[in-house]
Amino acid sequence: MSNSLDRRFFLRRAAALAGTLGLGGCDGLSDQPWVRRVLDSAEGLTRFTQTVLIPPSALAREYDEAEISKEFKANGSTNPDDEAYKAHAANGFADWKLGVSGLVEKPLELSLAELRAMPSRTQITRHDCVEGWSCIGKWTGVPLKTLLDQAGLKANARYVVFRCADDLGQTGDEDGKYYESVGLEDAFHPQTILAYEMNGNVLPIEHGAPLRLRVERQLGYKMAKYVMRIEAVDEIATIRGGRGGFWEDLGYEWYAGI
Amino acid sequence: MSEQQAVIYRHSLSIRVTHWVNALLLLVLLMSGLQIFNAHPALNFGSKTDFEQPLIAMEPMQHGDKVMGITTLFGWQIDTTGVFGLAGSEDEGYDARGFPWTVTLPGHRDLSMGRRWHFFFAWAFVINGLIYLIYSFASGHIRRDLAPTEAEIKHIGASISEHARFKFPKGEEAKRYNVLQKLTYLLVALVLLPLMLLTGLAMSPGMDAGYPILLDIFGGRQSARTIHFLAAGGIVLFVAVHLFMVLVSGVWNNLRSMITGKYVVEPAEETK
Repeated sequence: MSNSLDRRFFLRRAAALAGTLGLGGCDGLSDQPWVRRVLDSAEGLTRFTQTVLIPPSALAREYDEAEISKEFKANGSTNPDDEAYKAHAANGFADWKLGVSGLVEKPLELSLAELRAMPSRTQITRHDCVEGWSCIGKWTGVPLKTLLDQAGLKANARYVVFRCADDLGQTGDEDGKYYESVGLEDAFHPQTILAYEMNGNVLPIEHGAPLRLRVERQLGYKMAKYVMRIEAVDEIATIRGGRGGFWEDLGYEWYAGI
Repeated sequence: MSEQQAVIYRHSLSIRVTHWVNALLLLVLLMSGLQIFNAHPALNFGSKTDFEQPLIAMEPMQHGDKVMGITTLFGWQIDTTGVFGLAGSEDEGYDARGFPWTVTLPGHRDLSMGRRWHFFFAWAFVINGLIYLIYSFASGHIRRDLAPTEAEIKHIGASISEHARFKFPKGEEAKRYNVLQKLTYLLVALVLLPLMLLTGLAMSPGMDAGYPILLDIFGGRQSARTIHFLAAGGIVLFVAVHLFMVLVSGVWNNLRSMITGKYVVEPAEETK
């Protein structure tokens, strides 16, 4: 008798505890800054482990033409609502120039024609969105390394920041513009390119014309579209939200390794 | 005169601690995993996503002038409006999602937070799992308690029929796991849970670059995602059956043995 009462009491308590933990508790916990800090520590561990486990030269798998996705999903911005951008788009980016600045010996201003005249790389790779889907596409562009070598990184440069034309934050000013950053290992990786062609055609606007970054060993949101300017910096903590990118400032990982 | 009840020490401290830690970790991993799933509630095999023909999906679909939540399962389409795929109404606003937010972590759409929970707890799961595996192999727990003997395998049919009639062993027999338990625990600990880790890693573009074998063994990143989901379902099924067996085979004795280690063995029936 007392045993069965004990049992019922225990089960009720266990159910209540599971309910609190499962349904309410963790939700409340998500809002606690210290919980976020603890959870964020996993990103450092993941980054450290992947840096140790993955050889810097390891290439993302490249696929056959036959495996290219028939429909490559265009996510995020698909048509930047920016006057200067729209004017450039209207005349095929003929007067547009990519800026390379920041901690470089020789800042550059390069037209699309100049970029196309540089040695290029073509790769058929898988694009993994943070949402979970994957699409395969063929990208042709200038290796970022080529540009960085030409501009000459200063010794204290540690990150490369990409400033974009699209206002995904819909603030109507610089604070809402998309931006991203990568470390030097990814910046100099052979598959890291600024693509101006997709699937053999001029890069469409919905996929980031005139230039889209490809960082093949990271998730899709790292691969900024509508890249207007590249800056070499020593610190990302002082830029905008301080976490190194548009989505990062909204809570996503800077090291999008998984 | 019947024999005395015997109290045996059934579970070592390492097993008890890693068991309960694992139970908590799996709950958080499941709920945050469903949050992540909800960001793209569709699955298919291969390298890339087939948006048109998913094998499994929970999506809103237009049917005439009505929007419905449709769950697709290997070609079958089931109306699950209100539960999977779509909830809400035209007046209150539709909510297109896979699983209901009551079972996700956090309990509303928040992919970045779901990922934070998932990856932190994934690390804890790996560490806890390693402790369990190292202990279990080093101490002989796997060989002594979990590996079935040849005789047990031969008599598996009898064990299945006893289970089906909810007849549980007493006396000497009750001191050991029976053959179905052994095989199930081995399957979960050595196959299902490691599979969760490997399919999880196969979804990492970085790990795929360093270890393309991850893509080859599972047949592509989207296959890995699908297997990750199905294996998670397998774990949920295991837990459901496990809890049921705990309930019907002496809940208090079972719980105590996993908390304090002590397990009461009822004497074997005297006749026969």
